[in-house]
Amino acid sequence: MKTENENILKGIGAAPGIAVAKAFLYKKEKEEIADELVSDVEEALANLDIALEKSKKELRKIFSLAVDKLGEKRAAIFEAQIMILDDPILVTAIKERINKEKRIPEFIVNDEISKYTNLMNLSHEAFMKERSHDIEDIKNRIIRNLKKKKWKSRITSDVVVVTTTVSPSDTILFSRVNVKGYVTDFGGLTSHAAIVARSLNIPAVVGLHEATNRIKDGDLIIIDGFRGEVIINPDEEQHKIYDKKIERLHKQDVELDLMHGLQAETTDGREIQLLANLELTDEIEVILQSGAKGIGLVRTEQLFEEYEAFPDEEEQYNVYKIIAERIYPESVIIRSFDIGGDKVLPVDLKEPNPFLGWRGIRLMLDNPKMLKTQIRAILRASSHKNVKFMLPMIASICEVRSTKEIINECKAELKKEGKHFDNHMDVGIMIEVPSAAVLIKDFAEEVDFVSIGTNDLIQYLLAVDRGNEIVSSIYQEFHPSVVRTLNNIIQEGKKAKILVSMCGEMAADPVAVPLLVGFGIKSLSVSSSAIPLIKKVIRSLSYKELQPLVDECLALKTEKEINELLHKFYNSKLVNKIKNLYEA
Amino acid sequence: MIERKLTIINNAGLHTRPAATIVKLASKYKCDFFLNKDGFHINGKSIIGVMTLAAEKGSEITLIFDGEDEEPASREIIDYFQRGFDEL
Repeated sequence: MKTENENILKGIGAAPGIAVAKAFLYKKEKEEIADELVSDVEEALANLDIALEKSKKELRKIFSLAVDKLGEKRAAIFEAQIMILDDPILVTAIKERINKEKRIPEFIVNDEISKYTNLMNLSHEAFMKERSHDIEDIKNRIIRNLKKKKWKSRITSDVVVVTTTVSPSDTILFSRVNVKGYVTDFGGLTSHAAIVARSLNIPAVVGLHEATNRIKDGDLIIIDGFRGEVIINPDEEQHKIYDKKIERLHKQDVELDLMHGLQAETTDGREIQLLANLELTDEIEVILQSGAKGIGLVRTEQLFEEYEAFPDEEEQYNVYKIIAERIYPESVIIRSFDIGGDKVLPVDLKEPNPFLGWRGIRLMLDNPKMLKTQIRAILRASSHKNVKFMLPMIASICEVRSTKEIINECKAELKKEGKHFDNHMDVGIMIEVPSAAVLIKDFAEEVDFVSIGTNDLIQYLLAVDRGNEIVSSIYQEFHPSVVRTLNNIIQEGKKAKILVSMCGEMAADPVAVPLLVGFGIKSLSVSSSAIPLIKKVIRSLSYKELQPLVDECLALKTEKEINELLHKFYNSKLVNKIKNLYEA
Repeated sequence: MIERKLTIINNAGLHTRPAATIVKLASKYKCDFFLNKDGFHINGKSIIGVMTLAAEKGSEITLIFDGEDEEPASREIIDYFQRGFDEL
């Protein structure tokens, strides 16, 4: 008998698909700064200039957004940090040493700046230790930017990225090359690696704990996003098994392509508007091929990561315009920047609880100039009347009203400037804060549509940090409070005759979709890779026949019972109709 | 060359904001500008250098100006010290 294969790692399958490729180990933790020599001094000096310039832009971006929140003392430190990047004595000393010693810039930067921090640490004054930390901060920023440049040049195409976690800025690093999959030590279904992988239609396995220890750079690995498994240097038998699976997947892809022209319609004729979420701007072509009936969510914060400085009106307009034109005559919902304080504030000022902090509309309303820039760009892209604007993290009616005032200001300005826009552009909100779910009736009078963001709504409703593995098991889609809240939002939306959509992960869960369709949801927005599957699920359902299931779910008191009931339904009514789609 | 010994008179001492201001003022002039304190000889046009000085209230610093426009440079910077970095 064969024992459990030792070259298999088990984790969570976060994005479906199978890939066989070489591993690219992406280590981000602070490495030793090696004392290496450079072969090309000119190139090293140029890289230093680029890193200094990039650091300056980053700091200015943070500074411009957060200046009111920093306090005078921190603001001064920020300014001093920016000045350090221009310090003629320091920069000249670093450059002279690179020229003379021909060592890598990281080493010289570290060595040169450490001279100053060492001096500061000699002092017995507490404030000098603090100051030394600030200098340390700027040093690490320069070194990080020097290294990033190196990483960029090292990443080759057609690899599976193996790393601890994937941050939004890491995905920018990888989006330019043809990454075959993501394997991470940490994270769950809603981690950034998972979301991006699903949107790019590549497999991801997360939460493997020891992937970066077990997998070596260049190892051949099989990543199975269905089973949540990673096989390191597969043997012949394993290769054979997966060759067959991949072949079967190709056949399914062909079958799914046939769904392209079909409506997402129940057997009793209820059409569900099936939309796609857009994560990365390059994704628009994939969405057009997927058969989506429009775009239900554009996460504009990705732009914030892509550009070093805050993207100006023209830059944003060009991006939004292309999306709106390409998706025409269907519509696109563009969501305002959903950035959090954790992305904007300097490390030492980070909020202890960023999910309950300065993020979404709160940050935007505190930065009216930035909000205006975005609204103007979106309005200008709306001239074909197929653009809608959505606000994230809304908790109070006054946030909607304040934003609408700004929208009206922008409209008046654009009118004066003679620029075209849709004067009746729909404005909607994300329902992701429980207070907005409670006040849904009142919000429905203020806005043209709502979109339920299940990831955050569940996390806030159940007070569970979805990124915290210790409690992630009590992050439950089918908790009775979640199920009833969703139903309430959908019913109130119906009464008020406004569109209720859903753009969270739940919308792409084939087990949850029968419940949502049964509630009467009109629109679902999912990653483009999930569209054929969800379409097939919808086409297998009868709205009328779903009603007993809905009533029972609303009456049950525990998550376990609801979960079991929905799985029973899925296994008995759906699984054979969509078989082979998920289980390869 | 102009040399001048001064005492820090504001409560917070030579903290980050005045350090930045001193460097900005000094950068306007062509002359060399150094700060001497406890045997440390610091280039006053280098923000990172000036920040290494732990100069609390009551400590003494010698300013040295050397170059063609040392006259106006010393006047402006010494005045800034004497105003207690505008924090009195």
